[in-house]
Amino acid sequence: MSHREITVTVNGAVRTATVEPRRTLADFLRQDLGLTATHLGCEHGVCGACTVLLDGDTVRSCLALAVHADGHEVTTVEGIAEPGEMHPVQSALWESGAFQCGFCTPGFVMTIYGLEQDARAGRPCPRSRTEIREELSGNICRCSGYQAIVDGAEAALTAATATATTTTEGAR
Amino acid sequence: MKPAPFEYWAPTSVDEAVKILSGLDDPGDAKVMAGGQSLMPLLNLRLSQPLHVVDLNAVGGMSDISRDGSTLTIGALCRQRTAERSADVAAAVPLVVEALGLVGHPAIRNRGTIGGSIAHADPAAEMPAVALCLDARMVAQGPGGERTVAASDFFDGFLSTALSEDEVLTAVRFPVDGPGCGAAFVEVARRHGDFAMAGVAAHVRLEGDVIAEARIAVSGVGLTPVRATGAEAGLRGAAPGDDAFAAAAAATSAALHPATDVHASGAYRKHVAGVLVRRALGTATDRARGNR
Ligand SMILES: Cc1cc2nc3c(=O)[nH]c(=O)nc-3n(C[C@H](O)[C@H](O)[C@H](O)COP(=O)(O)OP(=O)(O)OC[C@H]3O[C@@H](n4cnc5c(N)ncnc54)[C@H](O)[C@@H]3O)c2cc1C
Ligand code: FES
Ligand code: FES
Repeated sequence: MSHREITVTVNGAVRTATVEPRRTLADFLRQDLGLTATHLGCEHGVCGACTVLLDGDTVRSCLALAVHADGHEVTTVEGIAEPGEMHPVQSALWESGAFQCGFCTPGFVMTIYGLEQDARAGRPCPRSRTEIREELSGNICRCSGYQAIVDGAEAALTAATATATTTTEGAR
Repeated sequence: MKPAPFEYWAPTSVDEAVKILSGLDDPGDAKVMAGGQSLMPLLNLRLSQPLHVVDLNAVGGMSDISRDGSTLTIGALCRQRTAERSADVAAAVPLVVEALGLVGHPAIRNRGTIGGSIAHADPAAEMPAVALCLDARMVAQGPGGERTVAASDFFDGFLSTALSEDEVLTAVRFPVDGPGCGAAFVEVARRHGDFAMAGVAAHVRLEGDVIAEARIAVSGVGLTPVRATGAEAGLRGAAPGDDAFAAAAAATSAALHPATDVHASGAYRKHVAGVLVRRALGTATDRARGNR
């Protein structure tokens, strides 16, 4: 099978690699780039553990090919905070005790991070717990820690919305 | 699991895609890929092992949304999330927006396409039912040129459509809602974002306080989405209200013979389809009266 050379900006760094077209984006991140925090649960789009951002939108990295990311930007859970620091979404989940074994956590963090970016930018984002649950329904936690995860998401989104409001008011 | 090896093609135009498909010894050895949200699971699980994958993602101009008088055209490659957030789609064909909100999860809709959902033709999926309900027209391009297929001729079996193996779906044309029109999509699913056990797309046009026209399509109750023609006929000329809607519900249920599977029994689906028809007609009528 012919290989393809791809150039992808991953967590801000430009990476080039030669991949087989059948390489999934998830395997490219984990095996070729060594970014193993993105987890693979089901590999058919159901569990959400492999969620990353592609050009700012959440996607299942198990349902995209590495070649689809050629010329695009990918953000994984390794890329959202400075080393040694937690991102506000991670802190909110930490403070809510929103993980048990932690396997599903990277996917939840990235799903919530995607929403949090919307909130910060003043774009519509879920506010009520019902809406948050709907948004999180694409991620599965086998340890069933949903209550705490929703708590963490709510805290993170409330904080981000407050920031957005302050910024807008400050700008007036 | 991982996809089996395949020859990968990345055409940049529809013409080129069609040329690649029709140039193969057997186009049946190839799979077209749009958003990959149904195809990638099949490849990952090796339920499908095509020798060739023709990836449409680099094809330009195939994701535009445009309105021409009473027709809204959505490019087949338009991402579901883009259509869902489009003010033009919301204004012209609100049923599409409502149904898209029920397709999988946002991360799936960020990549899944309008055309992919319709070409995949899952009988439980929302977009095929919407296309059937609204009498959308599918635009396909093959080696012989372009043709248009009415929704009523498009879905011809389980995961099977009128598209031939060397044809690409390029766009879907929806009739724009005129005055007095209202529509609704309602479904019963186990979990938000999952394929529904049954769903109903309903569209009504009122003239004064009489139903001039009603269109109903039911998903999840057969090998394709199903038009409830008996119920539609009974509603024509009727006064909208509980009596008319209950009769439509009964007519719909009576005409369906859904199979039992792990998700629900046939009898349950038959019953639920009727209940959903009643609800969908109620909401569609409210909206037609302007009480959105
Ligand atoms: C966890 C999960 C939940 C889901 N839930 C739902 C749901 O509730 N409702 C629902 O409707 N869908 C659901 N889906 C499916 C999803 O919506 C897909 O986006 C959609 O069915 C396929 O669109 P796609 O663009 O990804 O197509 P692909 O996966 O790329 O293609 C699907 C099929 O259509 C063919 N095809 C695609 N585009 C064209 C074209 N332009 N011309 C010719 N053939 C083409 C392909 O060859 C393939 O056979 C779900 C998927 C997942 C993973
Ligand atoms: S591993 Fe991608 S959704 Fe489960
Ligand atoms: S914390 Fe264990 S799977 Fe979610």
